[in-house]
Amino acid sequence: MSVQTLNISTSPHLTKGLSTETIMFHVVLAMLPMVFFAIYSFGFNAALVIFTAVVSCVLTEHVLCRISKKPTTIGDWSATITGILLGLTLPPIFPLWMTFLGGVIAIAMGKFLFGGLGYNAFNPALVGRAILQAAFPVAITTWYGAFQLDRFSTINASVLAFPFTEPIVDGTTGATPLSAFKFDGVTTDATDLAFGLVSGSAGETSAILIILGGLYLIRRGFMNWRIPMAILLTVFVFSGLLFWIDPVKYPSPLFMLLSGGLMLGAVFMATDMVASPITSLGVVIYGIIIGALVVVIRIWGGLPEGVMYAILLGNAISPHIDRLIRYRVYGTSKLQKS
Amino acid sequence: MINGLKGEKNSIDAVLTLHRHTFRHGVHPPENKEDTNGLPIRRFPFSPLIILPVAQHLGAPSKLVVKEGQEVVRGQLLAEADGYVSVPLHAPVTGKIRKIANVPTISGKMVPGIYLEAAPSSTQELIEGEGVDYHTATPDEILAGVQNAGIVGLGGAAFPTHAKLKIPEGKHCDDLIINGIECEPYLTTDHRVMLEQPNDIFMGIRYLLKSTGAKRAIIGIEANKQDAADFLSGRLPDDIPVTVEVVPVKYPQGAEKMLITALLGKEVPSGGLPIDVHAVVVNVATTAEIGRLLPHGRGIQERVITITGPGVNKKGNYLIPIGTPLRYALDQVEVNGRISEVYMGGPMMGVAVSNLDISIVKGTSGIVVFTDQEVSRPDRIYPCIKCGACVDACPLSLNPSKLGILAKFEAYDEMAKEYHLMDCFECGSCSYVCPSHIPLVQYFRLSKSIVRKRKAS
Repeated sequence: MSVQTLNISTSPHLTKGLSTETIMFHVVLAMLPMVFFAIYSFGFNAALVIFTAVVSCVLTEHVLCRISKKPTTIGDWSATITGILLGLTLPPIFPLWMTFLGGVIAIAMGKFLFGGLGYNAFNPALVGRAILQAAFPVAITTWYGAFQLDRFSTINASVLAFPFTEPIVDGTTGATPLSAFKFDGVTTDATDLAFGLVSGSAGETSAILIILGGLYLIRRGFMNWRIPMAILLTVFVFSGLLFWIDPVKYPSPLFMLLSGGLMLGAVFMATDMVASPITSLGVVIYGIIIGALVVVIRIWGGLPEGVMYAILLGNAISPHIDRLIRYRVYGTSKLQKS
Repeated sequence: MINGLKGEKNSIDAVLTLHRHTFRHGVHPPENKEDTNGLPIRRFPFSPLIILPVAQHLGAPSKLVVKEGQEVVRGQLLAEADGYVSVPLHAPVTGKIRKIANVPTISGKMVPGIYLEAAPSSTQELIEGEGVDYHTATPDEILAGVQNAGIVGLGGAAFPTHAKLKIPEGKHCDDLIINGIECEPYLTTDHRVMLEQPNDIFMGIRYLLKSTGAKRAIIGIEANKQDAADFLSGRLPDDIPVTVEVVPVKYPQGAEKMLITALLGKEVPSGGLPIDVHAVVVNVATTAEIGRLLPHGRGIQERVITITGPGVNKKGNYLIPIGTPLRYALDQVEVNGRISEVYMGGPMMGVAVSNLDISIVKGTSGIVVFTDQEVSRPDRIYPCIKCGACVDACPLSLNPSKLGILAKFEAYDEMAKEYHLMDCFECGSCSYVCPSHIPLVQYFRLSKSIVRKRKAS
């Protein structure tokens, strides 16, 4: 028996062999079908927008790590996720310079300012998008119809708008199902919504692909299923109640579920582990609050879509949920003081 | 249950946990028991040199009663108990005391001990003392017998068993739980003891029932040892109220508190002991040892140890004399040349060995050897992403994520006061599941010792 060196470490000497990197990578995998579908339905424009968002996020993360003299963290895939999510929430013909700016803001303000991965109070992609929405209200509500014939042959002029200029609004834009309903009282067929045959942000249109991506992550144990479940159920029940009271004035619950960014938000954004509560009951409460806010903003608010603000507000209260909702510690019977 | 909704619903908790026949949370590490669980216990040869630390138990060190150069017979008393929480030490082999000097231990500390040279032709013969007859002995006589036999918890804790069996004034014991869970991966010691020493176990239970005054005894066994459960169930004696209960496999079910919850549906109060819920838990190998030693008044001089792991050629369950040097034991089982880590105990709670010159002590339940191929260090520690895996793993429902963050800020008092740090029994489930490779339980160990020091000063 020859022994060179004995390694010593304190127990446990086994690990489950899972890493943060792996989890993040699988989230990227789960979003790829949505990315491909976005490119398929909106053409080159969407490809450019998503690509720019990812490049901008990863680049910002790398540069900021260098500036703060820390090893770069782009290898953990989290900046890639933020980039993809940001790209998917933008209109397919969003100007690239604005997209790039959004990525910088998402990483710098949404993530780095708080201390980087693990410390972000809000979903970084949504922080980026919220600021874009405030800064460029016209561009971010300029939609583009799906499956246009020239989508693989031409690039929309708006996409290539020169930095710091507003884009020229194009004649081929299409209203999203939510704005059509909000401002014109027109509802869209549920099957069109499910299969993504409608206009909208690049990645929010196909509910089915989003659900499949979510199921993949849930099956792998990388996503807390309670969050999308609580959000979607709340939206369904709340809007179902309204629909039952007055079917003419209020949209059907199925329309509410499948339209807009709800599916994408509930499955891929509200589930950001860092910005959501940690206990099972906590995430259910968090989901219910987000779901209720979505319905309230969509129906009574001034905006056609409220998922982004609902999730940001949910993120804001999630530390408070964690403070109030804790598991009862073994061997104690009293509610802990918080 | 979650505290936000439920205040005092212990009864509902009890029903729910009883129904599930296990405890909340926990983890499922790979078991890796199949290499050794089918191998019968084999007797190990005597090492030419036996190294015995005088203190192999928690509590006061024993007092030596032998001198250098003295010849001793196997089973002879070498050191006597010094106080109540202390046990004597017996000679594991017939031979000559070569030296009384400091000996190395697993913690790296040198402690007073004995170097015992085995006589070249030493036999299994051993000295017997005065036996304790369970029919006639009083509870206190049984406790004295347990102490005189030098018995400590063989599951790894090494706490003097008689001190644990002593029911405090004003308390009573209803349930005697025999712990045959063995939830640590790789280890099959208790499994083999249950399959091979049923009569010793039942005899031990007779003594334990009498000394604790318990109304019944339950042998708790995890479902991955169904053969042992069936074997014992088929041999239950009629004269004592004992049953066998099988619980689902889950780590750390072998912890006293978890086992009590799994079997009885009760929770031991925070900071309390099993006796607070009228239960006493004794390891099954310890029980067998009591049943084997007490009738003859012998002292403990050997124990069953699983030696296993990818680095071992002759894996198995061995009956090994206490004090056998680790290096000798590993030579006997033919250890692979590329060994990189050796643990005493299982891989979840065992202690890594830094020096092969230490010896096997009463509390050693297993030796696991890993080669450099299996050992992989996480390349980097990520920040906590609050995935909640640790929260859903902690058997005590603590919040390791929050505790880990507080530990980094050195907020030890807040950890203890607000987040029940001192309840943590360091099972390591949190570190095991953490995808960010944060050394959570390691932080908590350190934090606990700091809190204890602060309290003491």
